Amino acid sequence: MPAFDVILGACVLYAALLFVIAFLAERLSVRGRARWLRGPVVYTLSMSIYCTAWTFYGAVGYAARSGLEFATIYLGPTLVLVGWWTLLRKLVRVGRSQRITSVADLISSRFGKSNLLGGLVTLLAVVATTPYIALQLQSVTLSFAVFSDGPQAPDLNAIALWVAAGLAVFTIVFGTRRLDANERHDGIVAAIAVEAVVKLLALLAVGLFVVFTVAGGPAETFRIIDASPIAEWQVQPGRWVGLTFLAGAAFLCLPRMFQVLVVENSDERHLATASWAFPLYLFAMSLFTLPIAAVGLGRMPEGANPDLFVLTLPLAENQEALALFAFLGGFSSATSMVIVAAIALATMISNHVVMPIWLRSGPPGALVSGDVRHVAIRARRVSIVAILALGYAYYRLSGGGEALAAIGLISFAGIAQILPAMLGGLFWRGATRVGAALGLGLGLLIWGWTLFLPSFATGLPQAVMASGPFGIDLLRPQALFGIGGVDPLLHALIWSLLFNTAGLVIGSLLTFPSPMERLQGAAMVNVFRTKPGARGWQSTHVEAEDLLVMAQRILGPTEAQAVFRSAAIRQGKAGYLPDPDQEFLEGLERELAGSVGGATAHAMLGQITGGGSVSVEELMRVADETAQIMEYSARLEAQSRELARTATQLREANEKLTRLSVQKDAFLSQISHELRTPMTSIRSFSELLRDGAGTLDPENRARFAGIIQDEAERLTRLLDDLLDLSVLESGQVTLRIEEAQLADVLDRAIQACDGGGPVMIERSGRAEMRLRTDPDRLAQVFINLVTNCRKYCRVDTPRLRIVSRLSGDAAEVDFIDNGPGIPATEQQMIFEKFARGGDSRAAGGAGLGLAICREILGRLGGSIAYLPGQGGAAFRVRVPLAQRDVHAAG
Amino acid sequence: MSPLKELPFLERTSYRRRRLGDAARLLPVLGMVLFLLPLMWASDGAGTTARSGLYLFGAWGGLIALSFAISLRLARIVRAEDGTGPEGD
Repeated sequence: MPAFDVILGACVLYAALLFVIAFLAERLSVRGRARWLRGPVVYTLSMSIYCTAWTFYGAVGYAARSGLEFATIYLGPTLVLVGWWTLLRKLVRVGRSQRITSVADLISSRFGKSNLLGGLVTLLAVVATTPYIALQLQSVTLSFAVFSDGPQAPDLNAIALWVAAGLAVFTIVFGTRRLDANERHDGIVAAIAVEAVVKLLALLAVGLFVVFTVAGGPAETFRIIDASPIAEWQVQPGRWVGLTFLAGAAFLCLPRMFQVLVVENSDERHLATASWAFPLYLFAMSLFTLPIAAVGLGRMPEGANPDLFVLTLPLAENQEALALFAFLGGFSSATSMVIVAAIALATMISNHVVMPIWLRSGPPGALVSGDVRHVAIRARRVSIVAILALGYAYYRLSGGGEALAAIGLISFAGIAQILPAMLGGLFWRGATRVGAALGLGLGLLIWGWTLFLPSFATGLPQAVMASGPFGIDLLRPQALFGIGGVDPLLHALIWSLLFNTAGLVIGSLLTFPSPMERLQGAAMVNVFRTKPGARGWQSTHVEAEDLLVMAQRILGPTEAQAVFRSAAIRQGKAGYLPDPDQEFLEGLERELAGSVGGATAHAMLGQITGGGSVSVEELMRVADETAQIMEYSARLEAQSRELARTATQLREANEKLTRLSVQKDAFLSQISHELRTPMTSIRSFSELLRDGAGTLDPENRARFAGIIQDEAERLTRLLDDLLDLSVLESGQVTLRIEEAQLADVLDRAIQACDGGGPVMIERSGRAEMRLRTDPDRLAQVFINLVTNCRKYCRVDTPRLRIVSRLSGDAAEVDFIDNGPGIPATEQQMIFEKFARGGDSRAAGGAGLGLAICREILGRLGGSIAYLPGQGGAAFRVRVPLAQRDVHAAG
Repeated sequence: MSPLKELPFLERTSYRRRRLGDAARLLPVLGMVLFLLPLMWASDGAGTTARSGLYLFGAWGGLIALSFAISLRLARIVRAEDGTGPEGD
C-alpha cells in the first residue's frame, strides 16, 4: 500500500496541475486563441460532471446491492441527449437568445422576470445541492481513509475541510474573476474536461484490469457474474421506470448540468456531437460497473464496503499505481462536480437573492453611484464560500454514514421539481407565473415532507412517521392519503410531481398573465419562429449617459463602451451615446442579463427609466403592427399577382399590335397598288381615246370606254368599303331597325350573289325566325360571307353549307365551306381591318369585308366568330331575335 | 426563371430535412422501448443479470450508433443553414 504521504502528495500535485491548466486556458481565452476550448469535444466532456464521485464509486456499490438498476442513472440522460432535437435544442436556443445565466434565471425570465420564482428555484437548488456537496466531501475522505490504514490515522475531518477550502479557492479564482457577459468560464471548463478524461480512463483501467487480469477474460467474467449474489435480476418495474425518468429530469434541471449544457454552450451545433458522444461516455463509464461489483463481491472479504471496490480491488491485488490512478479519478469526479455546482449556485444566489435585496434596500441613486459590479462579484465569492461551508457542515452533522449515500437520489427528486415549470414554460404559452409558483411550491412541500425530512435520522419524530402529524393518518410521510407499501422514493416522486404539475396547470388555467409574462412566453415558446428579443420597453425620456454610467458599473468600462458605441453606429450617430430607443434598451437589457440575470437587469433598467416597462396597450400595439405587416404583405402579394396578369395581357396586346402594324404596312402597299392599277388603266385608255379620236373604230372605242367604266366602278367600290367601315367604326351609322324573317334575308343575300361563280349552296336548319335587325345590313354581312367563300374556297367543287338554328335569345347562322380553312395563326387576325387571309393576290378585295361584318353585327347586337374544326372555313353569326320570338323560344 | 427551376430541388431538401427531424424526435421513443423491454422477461424471473446486462448494453450501443448517424446528418443541415433558418415543422 502506498504511503499516505504519497497519496496526499499526488493529490496536491494533481490539484496544482488543474490550477495550471485552468490558468493557461484563461490566458489563451483572453488572447482569443482558445477556439478549441469552445469546441464540441470539450463541450461534451464538460457534461461529465454528471458523473460525480457518487457514480464513480457508488455505481459499483449500487450494482453490488441491486444489480442492473444502477444503469437507470445513465439511461435517463442518454434518452434526453438522444432526443436533443426536441428539447435540448430549444433549451439551448432559449438560453442563448435570452442570455440565461442559470436554471433559476430561466424560470424567472420565462414567467415575466419574476424575482419570486427565481428565489424559489434558488432555494430549492441550495437545499437539494448542499447534501450532494457533502456527499462528495465524504467520498473524498473515505477514499483517503482507504489508504490510511496504518498506525498514524489522519484526521479525516481535517481532510474534508482542506478539500472544501481548496475547492472554494479554485472556484473563486477561476469562477468569479470577471463578471463575464456570457457567463462562460474557459479555465474551469478546460480543467473539467481534463478531469473528465482522467476519471474515464481511471475507471476503464480498473475495469480492464478486473476483467482481463483478475477474472481472466470476458467469458470468465460472465460466469462470475452468473455465480455472484446478484446473478438473478430482481427488477422492480416501478423503480426501473421511475429512476430512468428521475435521472433524465435531473440531468435537465440540476443547476450544474444547466450551467454546462446551456450557459457554457457556445454553439448550438455542439449538441449534435454531444447527442451521441455523451451517451457513449456514459456507456463507457458504466461498462465495467457490473464486472467490478461481481468480482469484488467474490474476492473481497465479507463486510467490505462495495462503494470502494474501485479502490480496494486493485489494492488487494497489489496494483498500487492503478489504485492511485483510481483515487485520482474519484477525486476528479468529486471536485469537478463541486466546482461547477458552486459556480451555478453562486450565480443564482447573487442574481436572484442578493441583487434584488440590494437594489431594493439601497438608496435610490445606488445604480449610478454605487459599485454594482463589485457587489455582484463579492456576492458570488461569499456565496461560494458559504455553499462549501454549508456542504462541510452538512457532512459533519450527518456523521457521514449510510444516510449520506442515499442522498443522491433524494437530491435528484428535489431538483426534478423544476421540470414541470421548465417544460411548461418552454412548450406552453399559457403557463403563468402563479401556476409555476403554485406547482413549484407544492412540489417542494411534498418532496420535503415525504422524502427529504424523513431522510435525516432526526428529521421527523418517530410518531409522525408512524401515524402522521397530530395523528392524521392521511398525511403520513411515506404513505400519503393512506397509500402505503410503495417504495419511498417512488412514492415521493409520484406525489410531488403529480401535485406540482397539477398546480402548474390549474394555476395557469385560472390566472391571467401579465404583459411581460406573455411577451416572454411567446418569445420562448416560439423561439424558432421569431427573432430573439421581445419588446419590453417603451421609449422614455431617459438620459443615455445615465445608462452608460450604470452599464459601466456592471459590464466594466471597456465592454459597456463597446456596446454603446456599436449601438450608436447602428443608429447612424457619432460618439458613445445612442438614442435610448426601444431596440437599444432591449439589447442593453440582454447584455446586462448576461451578467446579473434577467430579473435583476430588468429591475435595474426599470429604476433608471422610471419603470417604463411594457403595458397591455403596448402589447396590443405590437400585435397590431404585426397584423398590419401581415396585411400589407398580403396586399403586396395580391398586387404582384395583378401585375403579373397585367404584364401578360400587355405582352399579348403588344404582340397583336406588332402583327397589326406589319399587316397595315402590307395593306398600305396593297391598297396603293389596288388604287393604282385601275387608275393606270383608266389613264392609259383615256389617253388612247383622246389621241386616237379620229382613227379608232367605234367598236374599240366602246370597249375602251367600257374598261374605263369598270375600273372606275372598282375604285368606287373600294372607296365605298373604306368609307363604310370608317362610318361604322365612328358610330355615325344610322340603322333602320325593324322586324324581319331570317329566311327572307338569307334568300335575298343568296340571290344577290347568284351567278357570281360555281358555288353550290346548301341550306338547312330552321330559318323561320323573326329577327329584330336592319335587314339590309344583315344581308350585307351574309353577302360578304358568301362572296368570301367564292373567293377563297379553292377546290374543284366548292360547296357552302348554311345552317341556321335557334340558340337562346338569338339566331345562329353558320357558313361552312369545304375549302382549306384558315390556319390557326391567322384565325385571330381575320376580323381586323386590312387583314386578308392567305394569298392576297387571289382575293382581289381590300381585306375589309370581315372587319365590316364584325362592325355591323356589333351595332346590331350580334356577333361573328370563326368556328374552327369544321373541315373548312366556318363562320358563326349570331343575331338577336325579335322580342316576340324570344318568348316563343323560351 | 432560375429560382423556379430550382424549386423542386429545394423542396426535396427541406422534405428530407423534416423527415430527418422526425427520426431525431422518434429516437428517444425507440430508446424508451428498448430500455423497457427487459421488464417483460425480468418480471417473471427469467432473466439473469449477466444476460440482461448484455442485452441492455447492446441496445444502448445501438441507440448511440443510430444517434450518431442521425445527428451527423442533422448537424450538416444545421451548418448549411447556419442556424438561422426557420423552424421546419
